[in-house]
Amino acid sequence: MARTFTEGSKAVAETVKLCRPNVIAAYPITPQTHISEELAQMVANGELKAEYVTVESEFAAASVVLGASATGARTYTATSSQGLLLMTEVLFNISGMRLPVVMTCANRAVSSPINIWNDQQDSISVRDAGWVQLYAEDIQEASDLHLQAFRIAEHPEVLLPVMVCMDGFILTHAYEPVDLIEQKEADAFLPPYQPQYYLTPKNPITFGAMMGPESYMEARCQLDRALWGSARIVEEVAKEFKKRFGRFQGALVDTYCIEGAEIVLVAMGSVISTIKEAIDLLRKEGVKVGLLKVRCFRPFPREAIKEALVGAREVLAIDRAFSPGSGGVLATEIRAALQDVKKAPEIKGHIVGLGGREISVETIINIVKDRKAVGREDRFVDLKEALLK
Amino acid sequence: MEKHLFLAGHTACYGCGEALGARLVVDAAGPNIITTDATGCLEVFSSRWPQSAWAVPFIHSLFENSAAVASGVEAALKAMGRQGEAKVIAQGGDGGTADIGLQCLSGMFERGHDILYVCYDNEAYMNTGVQRSGLTPYDSDTRTSPSGKVSWGNRYLKKDMPAIAAAHGVPYIATASVAYPKDVQSKVKKALSITGPKYVQVHVPCPLGWKSDPALTIKVAKLAVETGLYPIFEMENGVVTKVRKIPRPAKPVTEYLKLQGRFAHLFKKGGGEAEVKKIQQIADENIKKYGLLSEAAEKVAVEKE
Repeated sequence: MARTFTEGSKAVAETVKLCRPNVIAAYPITPQTHISEELAQMVANGELKAEYVTVESEFAAASVVLGASATGARTYTATSSQGLLLMTEVLFNISGMRLPVVMTCANRAVSSPINIWNDQQDSISVRDAGWVQLYAEDIQEASDLHLQAFRIAEHPEVLLPVMVCMDGFILTHAYEPVDLIEQKEADAFLPPYQPQYYLTPKNPITFGAMMGPESYMEARCQLDRALWGSARIVEEVAKEFKKRFGRFQGALVDTYCIEGAEIVLVAMGSVISTIKEAIDLLRKEGVKVGLLKVRCFRPFPREAIKEALVGAREVLAIDRAFSPGSGGVLATEIRAALQDVKKAPEIKGHIVGLGGREISVETIINIVKDRKAVGREDRFVDLKEALLK
Repeated sequence: MEKHLFLAGHTACYGCGEALGARLVVDAAGPNIITTDATGCLEVFSSRWPQSAWAVPFIHSLFENSAAVASGVEAALKAMGRQGEAKVIAQGGDGGTADIGLQCLSGMFERGHDILYVCYDNEAYMNTGVQRSGLTPYDSDTRTSPSGKVSWGNRYLKKDMPAIAAAHGVPYIATASVAYPKDVQSKVKKALSITGPKYVQVHVPCPLGWKSDPALTIKVAKLAVETGLYPIFEMENGVVTKVRKIPRPAKPVTEYLKLQGRFAHLFKKGGGEAEVKKIQQIADENIKKYGLLSEAAEKVAVEKE
């Protein structure tokens, strides 16, 4: 293991290289670009022996990795925002065919208005595509998650695509000290992909068959079961990762200062670090506040969330994306998870940091302090009233 | 019984040219291939679970990505040192090729993947119930280009896909027709002997969409060629190297048009003659452009199948 001071995108690219993907297809989009550029350079330098397919769109990128994965290759792609939305049709197809593609989503806001900065509207909008979705708190976790992602995706009981979500710019373009794994250690953790079914004349099979009303529903149900079942593997892989590399940033969820906490903040992604800082300050003032970090958003870890929140009096959900006409997505799902809990905590939703709007420690502290003023409706935090007129 | 790699028992309509075309293509290619297919009739009638007509590896993903999926298959074979294992054939209908899938096809051409792309051209969106595509011929009556009081049907000319392929520097391009099965098969074999991207467009009548007699599929297909409306040629490295000559004098387009309900309005409404003339002009231009006419009628080799 070697500690280096490096950019988030570079750390991720280095880890993807360690995973020895056979085929990489990516189309440039801010803020994903540095990852795909780094990988292209590694291939150009001969450090990474992979086919790097320079596609003409994100739609093609997803289609290329679909075809390559069905042929038995380990495959990787990365995108953001509009690119992810352009891939949407293929995303559903990849999971439906149970192909273990791994993707990085460098989270970015969605147009219109066009905005290249960070929130999580892109990946949250494709939450129903049948992919495992994991959210990174910092660069180290983003990097480590990729090694774990391939293990999870290719697990014979899972065989599902995995999306590693990392906040655009905040994680992709920032520099932090990162512990990078040695190739030998990575190989021991992630053996070569051994597909059970793949396209080969040795065993000619049909992929992507049509299913009518007599069988379609069962295929969809199997996808659902596989996704629920992947939760166990996400946990298993995180634990094994900890054993081998000594790092653990949660499995399905993680907690911070949750013991005896009356108020629990729930969030995903890089805002977690900001919240931890706010909690340290609030605890000094005697506010009994803790944190639940949702690391795995799909499958949605209902039980782990229930367990973590059951003693709390108030839950403050921090959403970086929302469903217009409905509310914060995390808030909505937490409400659903807790609906059968007796004496369930009161859940308040907060939509923050859209399109790169800064989320400071003060933002979080104010959310905790102003909580009484918030009604049932999920609240947009730090709005500029003048611009709304 | 002859052993096919595209098996009987699929659910294509009577007289389906596309089913015949697909069988000719995979039989010619042999078992060591991996095929992709766009959403459309072919995929629907050949791969409804739990059955499959494909005795070769087959993947259907979406409507517009057959060429991109094939690019991934080819890249995977290369990356894993399995190039010798299989040739890659991407397939699609005219809509999946010339319209919605054109971008992915362009990418596949540009990157020079070692893939044969086969377009089964039945000249409209048949799977969705006969709507016009970029390869629907002029004046054809479809559900989205209907003839009517002020309309003669489809207002646009067929998109010149071979020229689009040629502009990408595709080394081997051919058109073919199911009326000439041996020609289809020899072109597939020739294409597969060339490394790089290849484009073969096979004319495949659709009795349902063309409103023609299912028993006359081959006759109709043959007339498309013999009138000059569907020129059959090979293009190597951007130059037309071979054309299928047609007997002199070329048959008038009316012989072809009158067999199909999609052109019936041209013979019912006043003013139709002028439209037929325009179609005759398209045929005449093809004849001139590709030099389709034989020196003498007796010199034309007749393929007996």
